[in-house]
Amino acid sequence: MTIIKHELRQGKKSFLIWTASIAFFIVICVFMFPEMKGEMDAVSDMFSSMGSFTAAFGMDRLNFGTFIGFYAIECGNILGLGGAFFAALIAIGALAKEEKDHTAEFLLSHPVSRVRVISEKLAAVMIEIVLMNVIVYLLTIASVAAIGEEIPWKEMGLLHLSYLLMQIELAGICFGASAFLTRGSLGIGLGLATMMYFLNIIGNITDSAKFLKYITPFGYTEGADIVSEGKLDALLILLGMVYMAVGIALSYLRYIKKDIK
Amino acid sequence: MNVIETVNLTKSYGKARGITEINLSVQEGEFFGFIGPNGAGKSTTIRTLLGLIQPTSGRASVLGKDIIKEHKAILSEVGYLPSEAVFYTGMRVSDILKLSADLYKKDCSAESARLCERFQLDTSRRIEELSFGNRKKVGIICALEHRPKLLILDEPTSGLDPLMQREFFSVLRERSAEGTTVFLSSHILSEIQHNCTRAAIIREGKLVTCDRVENLSKTNAKRVTVHGDFKANGLSGVRDMQMSDGNISFLYSGDINELLTRLTASHINDLSIAEPDLEEIFMHYYTDGGETK
Repeated sequence: MTIIKHELRQGKKSFLIWTASIAFFIVICVFMFPEMKGEMDAVSDMFSSMGSFTAAFGMDRLNFGTFIGFYAIECGNILGLGGAFFAALIAIGALAKEEKDHTAEFLLSHPVSRVRVISEKLAAVMIEIVLMNVIVYLLTIASVAAIGEEIPWKEMGLLHLSYLLMQIELAGICFGASAFLTRGSLGIGLGLATMMYFLNIIGNITDSAKFLKYITPFGYTEGADIVSEGKLDALLILLGMVYMAVGIALSYLRYIKKDIK
Repeated sequence: MNVIETVNLTKSYGKARGITEINLSVQEGEFFGFIGPNGAGKSTTIRTLLGLIQPTSGRASVLGKDIIKEHKAILSEVGYLPSEAVFYTGMRVSDILKLSADLYKKDCSAESARLCERFQLDTSRRIEELSFGNRKKVGIICALEHRPKLLILDEPTSGLDPLMQREFFSVLRERSAEGTTVFLSSHILSEIQHNCTRAAIIREGKLVTCDRVENLSKTNAKRVTVHGDFKANGLSGVRDMQMSDGNISFLYSGDINELLTRLTASHINDLSIAEPDLEEIFMHYYTDGGETK
């Protein structure tokens, strides 16, 4: 518990900034909805006739005029990308930062096993991600209530759950990478998150690249699929959880034997 | 019981760095010195003992426990001061000391307060505001506050002012008197000579010698300094000759009678023949590789 507490305290500032920023932008977007609602029919027509660009963001299957259609696209871009960056950043730094900042020697010369260090750091990363998502979810619900729209509980819940799972998967993979890295880790984390995001967009545009959905965790966060089907894609999520488990397993295998610089 | 024991301990990195077949034993209660220049392998040896890096071959035990299998049990009874004491930024000194104590699962507040008082360390300061010397003090207190059975100190005095160095060694001597084993790694020979009972010299990753400090400084060589009209030419066993206006100084390991005959034949104003200090022994081990005595 000592290391979890320490990690959470160390990450407090960055946690607050990311959570506040993501929540702020989502709430702003929600507040824009009433104003845009009236013009949405025209906008919807326009958006649905932009060819592959339309498909890339799933706008061919969502109705922008309904709140959930609007929300699935806006929210997808803010919480999806913002959350992915946050998760990747904290996970990829978790183990690597100790060596980069030369604090590993301090931590690991105390009577703590490497397994405990890895487990508690992983737990701290997951706690931060879950907490961020819960806070953002509550603020979002509150803002929807504030603009007087009926809250689409099921769809909202499924959307937010898929984002949470996506962030956890990404964090697991980055955590695995963290055990191998000593410097330059943050760039790799951001790069990985960005790459995954674009893989999904490419998968949306061309049918021949549909298989990318099986690689990127953004595949199962597609707002259009979730809203139109009313459920999450269990196969994609299962695959994602396997990737995450592999990442975490690698982190243990590597870090237990790692020579600390 | 041997508190530290290594058998052919080897750590090789890709290149030449590392340590080769180190055989070392440190007994309980000893004040042991570990001497060597920068990059000789002192820190590598220590970091292997602490489990921060894995040995390539050979084995070692600390406090009778295997360094790989029982690494956690070892660390709970060892106090380690790294050569570069680095801590988490954004934390206060008191937070660091508390974190360290929590990781040892001990309440060290009384001992920690006593040590902070002795080293005049302000615990309300933030880590990033501290000078190098003050950071070192934080490291010292982290190493001492849980009252370990073995202290492993890697170049502990760098950055400390002379008063603090004196205070530091007086704390170490108190701990030593209470039975704590002290393993002091340093390139400052006077520290070793004044404090340690035994010492090992390491050079390019290999243990050159290991003996009692007084035996290390006792070789058959003498430091001879002559003031006057004296020429050492032709004498065998003369090394490290230095000449300055009318003074001649050299290390002599030849026949003492031969030297005396030469001295009586010369007109000299002043003469001293002394044991060489550890520094000279050290230079001897380093400059000619320790092959000749």
